[in-house]
Order: sequence, then C-alpha cells, then structure tokens
Amino acid sequence: MNIEKTDRSRCLNESLKASFLAALVAFALSFLVLGVETRLFENKVIVVPHWNYVALIVLTVFVMRFMSVLFSWKRRKPSTDLKRAKKSYFSALFETKFENLLKIFGIALFIFAFFLPFFPFSGRYFLDLSILILTYTMLGWGLNVVIGLAGLLDLGYVAFYAAGAYSYALLSTSFFPFLIEQGYLNPVIMNWIFWICLPLSGISAALLGISIASPVLQLRGDYLAIVTLAFAEILRMILINWDELTGGPNGISRIPHPSFLGIEFNRSPEGFSAIFDLEYSSLQRLIFLYYLIFFLAMLTNVITLRLRRLPIGRSCEAMREDEIACRSLGIDTRNTKLTAFAIGAMFAGFAGSFFAARQGFISPESFGFMESALILSIVVLGGLGSQIGIVIASIVMVGGVQAARRLEFFNTLFGPDFDPSVYRMLLFGLVMVLIMICAPRGLISHRTPSILLQKKKASPADLTLEEQR
Amino acid sequence: MTATMEKNCSSSQINDRLSPKAEAGKNPILQVDHLVMRFGGLAAINDISCSIFHSNITAIIGPNGAGKTTFFNCLTGFYKPTEGMIRMHHEDGTVFFLERMDDFRISASTNLVRTFQNIRLFKGMTVLENLMVAQHNKLVRTFGSAISGLFCSSGYVAREREALDLAKYWLDRIGLIESANEPAGSLPYGSQRRLEIVRAMCAEPRLLCLDEPAAGLNPNETSQMNTLLRFIRDKHAVSIMLIEHDMSMVMKISDHVIVLDYGEKISDGTPEFVRNDPAVIAAYLGTEDLENIN
Ligand SMILES: Nc1ncnc2c1ncn2[C@@H]1O[C@H](COP(=O)(O)OP(=O)(O)O)[C@@H](O)[C@H]1O
Ligand SMILES: [Mg+2]
Repeated sequence: MNIEKTDRSRCLNESLKASFLAALVAFALSFLVLGVETRLFENKVIVVPHWNYVALIVLTVFVMRFMSVLFSWKRRKPSTDLKRAKKSYFSALFETKFENLLKIFGIALFIFAFFLPFFPFSGRYFLDLSILILTYTMLGWGLNVVIGLAGLLDLGYVAFYAAGAYSYALLSTSFFPFLIEQGYLNPVIMNWIFWICLPLSGISAALLGISIASPVLQLRGDYLAIVTLAFAEILRMILINWDELTGGPNGISRIPHPSFLGIEFNRSPEGFSAIFDLEYSSLQRLIFLYYLIFFLAMLTNVITLRLRRLPIGRSCEAMREDEIACRSLGIDTRNTKLTAFAIGAMFAGFAGSFFAARQGFISPESFGFMESALILSIVVLGGLGSQIGIVIASIVMVGGVQAARRLEFFNTLFGPDFDPSVYRMLLFGLVMVLIMICAPRGLISHRTPSILLQKKKASPADLTLEEQR
Repeated sequence: MTATMEKNCSSSQINDRLSPKAEAGKNPILQVDHLVMRFGGLAAINDISCSIFHSNITAIIGPNGAGKTTFFNCLTGFYKPTEGMIRMHHEDGTVFFLERMDDFRISASTNLVRTFQNIRLFKGMTVLENLMVAQHNKLVRTFGSAISGLFCSSGYVAREREALDLAKYWLDRIGLIESANEPAGSLPYGSQRRLEIVRAMCAEPRLLCLDEPAAGLNPNETSQMNTLLRFIRDKHAVSIMLIEHDMSMVMKISDHVIVLDYGEKISDGTPEFVRNDPAVIAAYLGTEDLENIN
C-alpha cells in the first residue's frame, strides 16, 4: 500500500518536472517567434506583443507533456510472463484476422475506386482530387520498392518524377514533331503520342536512376539519402537554368493530352463525343484520365506485388536485412540495388509523364523537395512495405488537406479568412509525430511472407475412407 | 633472402610432416600459398601456406585471436589479402584465383560458401525464404529469366518448384519443416546455427567454410551438428572447412587439422598427428584446452 503511494507520488513528481521543462522550452521557442511581432508604423518599427498565443502554446505543451509522461509511466510497469504469453497468443490470433480484414478492405477499396467516376457525388472537383490521390499512391508504391523493399533511403525520388514529366514534354512537343516535319514519320502518330512516349519516359527515368545510383551505391543509410537529396536539387537547378531546352522557370506548355485509342477528347468530328454519339462534356476527358491513372497505378501495384515474390524482390529484402550475408550467398548486391533503384525510377517516370499529359503544362516548380517529402511521408506513414497502408496514407495526406479546405466547419471555428491549406506543413508534422509515437513502424506494419510452405493436411476424402474401415 | 629461404624450408618441412592418410590419393580443392594479411602493423595472417583436400572435413583450430576468422575472410574475399595466392581447383580442371575476386563472385562462380561466427540469418524473413534467397543465382541465370518470372513463365515456375523442393529437403534434414513459415529470428539458437549451414548448402557449395558452427551449442545440439556435417560430406560430396574450439568435436569429425597461432601455421596433419605435435602442445600449454587434447 505504502509502496503504491510513493510510486504514485514519484510518478506525479516526474511528470510535473518533465512537463515544466517542456513548457519552458516551448516558451523560449514561441516567445520570439510568436510573442513579439515587429511592424512598420509611420517609418518606425514598433513591437506588437501577442502574449495570448504564447500562453496558449505553453499551456498546451505543458498539458500534453504531463499526460504523455503519466500515460507512459503506467505502461512502464513490467507485465508478468503469463500476461505476456496471453497477449502474444491474442496478437497472433488478431494477426490472421487482421490479414483477412486487410484483404477484404483492399478489394472493397478497389471496387469503390473502379466505379468512382459514376457515383452521383463525383463531380469535377472530386475526380480531380481522386486523380491526384491516385498519382501519389502510384508514386508511393514506386518509392516503396526502393525504401520498403530494398531499404535504400531515397530522398530525391521527385527527380525521377521530373525526368518522366520532362521526357514526355520534350518528346511530344519537340522531338516527334521535328521528326514529322522532316518527313521521317507519319503525322498520324501524334494521335498516339502519349502511348509512344509513356514507355520512353519510363525508360529514361530508369536510366537516370541507374546513372545516379551507380556511383553512390557504396554509400549507406544517411549518406545515400544526402546524395539523392542533392541530386534532385541539382536536377531542378538544371531544369530552371537550361532555358533553351527546358524553357527555364517558364516550363513547357501545350503538351499534348493523352488519347483514347487514338481518339482525342475535343469537339471536332473525330473527337470522342462525336464518334461515340455523346454530347460533348469536359468531364469525359477527366473520367478517361481517372481510368488512365487507375490503370497505371494498378499496374504498379501488380508488378511490385509480383516483384516481391520473385528472386529479385526476395534478394532486395534479404539485402535490407543483411547485406554481408547476401554477398556470402553469391548475390551481387550492387546489381540488386541498381535494379531496385531503376524499377522505382521507372514507375516515377510513368507517373511523371501522366502528370505532364494531364496538366498540359509543367515547370520546375512542381518538382521541389516538398514533393519528395510528401511521397516519402506517404510511404513511411503507410508502413514500409504495405500496399494498402500507402493508399490510406495518400488519401490522408493528399485528400485530407484538400478536403479540409472545403469544410465549413473550420471557417466557423477560425473565421472566414481561415485557409487550412496554409497549415498543410503543420498538419504534416503533427500527423508524422503522432504516427511515430503511436505506430513507429507505420500504419500497417504487417509483413506477409513472399512464399509459404503448404502443409499437407489430411484431405476429407482420406478421413471418410478411414472411418468406413 | 635467407629469411624467405628459411621460411620456405619450414613450410615445406610442415608439408613433409603431413601424414600420408590426409593426402591419400586426393587432390587439393584449395591451395593457399604464403598468405599474408596485415592490419596496419599487425600481421593477423603471417605467411600461411596449406592445402585443403576434396571431400574432407578440415578443422582450423587455434587460440582466440589466432587469425582463424581473418583467414576465412581472406579465402571468401571479404578481406583482400596483403600478399599471397589462393587457388581453388574444380574437378574439371578449372582454377580460380580467389585473391583477385569479389566476395559475391567467389560464392557464385567458384562455389565456396561460408557461414559466420555470429549468425547472419535474414531474421525478419521466414525460414523458407532464407533458403530461397540462397538459391537466387540458380533462379536468375540470365536477365531474360529474371524478366520471365514476372509473367509466371513455365520455365520459371519449374525452376522455382525445384528450388522449393531443395529447400524442403534440407528443412526436413534439420527437422525445421514445421517452422518453415516462421521468421528465422524466432527460432532457438541451435536451430538458427543449423539453418545458417543449410542455407549455405542451398547455394550448392563445393567447399563449405563454417566459422565456429558449434559455438554456444549444448552437447546434444553439438552431436546433431556432427551428424549434419558428416551427412553433408558423405552424401553430398562437399568439402568442409570449419573453425572450432571444442576439441572433442574436432577430434571426432575432422579428417585434417590445421593449427594457427598468432597468425602463423604451427601444425598441419591428421587429428592424431596434431594431438601429439610438440608445437601444438607448446602453444596450448597452460591453457585449459590442453586437457581436452590429451
Ligand atoms: N578488420 C580488422 N581490422 C583490424 N584488425 C583486425 C581486423 N580483423 C581482425 N583483426 C585482428 O586480427 C587478429 C585475429 O582476429 P580473428 O581472425 O578474428 O581471430 P580468431 O582466430 O579468434 O577468429 C586479432 O588480433 C584482431 O584484432
Ligand atoms: Mg573468430
């Protein structure tokens, strides 16, 4: 009894101490950043204090820290072995259930996504958002090959996205038109330009991936991350400064849109609506774009899932676990890493060329570090290696912020000028911190084996035979 | 000049002392000549020459820090030796110069596969997956075959089934077939040791190098290990090199023993020969292992 009491008071003491310290740090940080605002007033600088902000932040930090320490203290108590055994039994039971649940959820999600354009509530805005989410899902799945499967931290994934977009833009606006002008090619191919350039831009992104990865693959972990980050920045600088080729900061415009089996979406007599005897609507192109990215994303999904079960995918995973053991078994880890990099880059290239074809206009602005960070956070939040986790994460990270912008709720709370998208980064950080605290291995950290040994069960036929005897 | 002469003399003397039984009608699978490995000023391996013979179990023994693991690392390409030559002979007459090859290529093309002193399994992957990873090179012979797997081509499916059968065969052998779908890291220690050896066997070695395979095993597990090693030597015609501290195990299963001390070879021959070698007795004098030898 007495022990319990002292324990409780010690717990209280410690939480108070920790939260006081945290509040002090919060005060030191917020005092200068939020507490004092300098304004120019009649050619003089005046200081406008905002003590209410500071007080609010310090108080929030104090309360949160207090709660978190109190909570973790309770959990720190050692559990008995029996309890632990029971728990592991239940978690094993839960795991098989969970796996089935995930499967059902995945199928439901697929069906929902497949019929999405025909739901009554899917208007223009909703479709646009869904296309964006699917693009990020595809990028997440692609990056997952590099990070989740091979364990290579790539912070410059957006470089390959940019490479795909620019390859498509350059091929379709200058290279092929030039060949047609010179009479080497029939102008008819311009109808099919997207389908010709899609694989080409995937290949060019993959080649770029190989060429940057090959000199730096001896580097590990943080060093590789830094080099890939720097590389993406260098590529962006090249895109901005090489005016003659890339159009510099103005980018490239009038990029041809994708066609449906060579049929364009326009008002002309050869257009989609005229041929299929429909009334022209700009929604038709949007629906087509939606199915296009849906198809591309599903292709990525199927290939990356299949890859895991192939020797290459398995050796990627093994390499992530223990590179030296891999080499002792005769696996060329250098080639394995290059393959993972190239495959990841290729999917980014596909997504990039879709992006260019959808927008019709690209500029280096779309390929900054924030894109890399967004894709990376989608992969990390989703749970490294989990396909469905990535879908959920991209819905939350991309869709959530956009949806928040449309909610009246925020405006009634914070006034009519409140724009949630300004707080996007804040939300990012908050979600990241929360997930890292609650589920350090991502939303879905479950790993399914790539191959299973089927145990031979006595078949029902054998049983009945024995019973008869 | 005279110094090298002397060294040559002494090493040839040692070779002369090699008893006829170990050499009987056998060709060396591995020949090491004047191997030197220096770390800064320290010569962890100092001019070692020896031969390893086909279908033998060769034990490398010596006190802690004698350079046994370093010797293995040199053979398997994980360290590039400072000096010396390592030749591997295949039955068809091909000779490989291991000191010039990359570590993974040594395993892939000369079929010299090793295990590690501290177990290096892919702990998060299942037992079966560990064995499948070891058969990577068999499954992916060419770039085309790597691609064909994506489309479940019949050739790939057949190869994968073969690989699965081999994995099942070895799992059956070490009694882990029931745990095939469990993460390798969740196995008990003794099973992990056996699994690592079997994983190396799935890479289809001609020469298997085991770094302290019985370290940390209880007597029961050690005898299981002995059975496994003899089985590998006899039924699969694989030559085995192993580093071991447990003298009773060494004397029981090995055909040939090489003794290292301070990076130098001090004895080389059959177990009986080594046991009575004054040089070995001197090196082990004062250590508890002496009682184990005699
Ligand atoms: N990478 C290395 N760098 C420096 N010294 C090393 C290295 N590897 C081994 N050594 C040294 O070589 C000697 C032999 O070590 P080792 O081969 O591990 O002995 P053991 O016979 O116990 O396996 C030791 O003195 C060790 O410190
Ligand atoms: Mg050692």
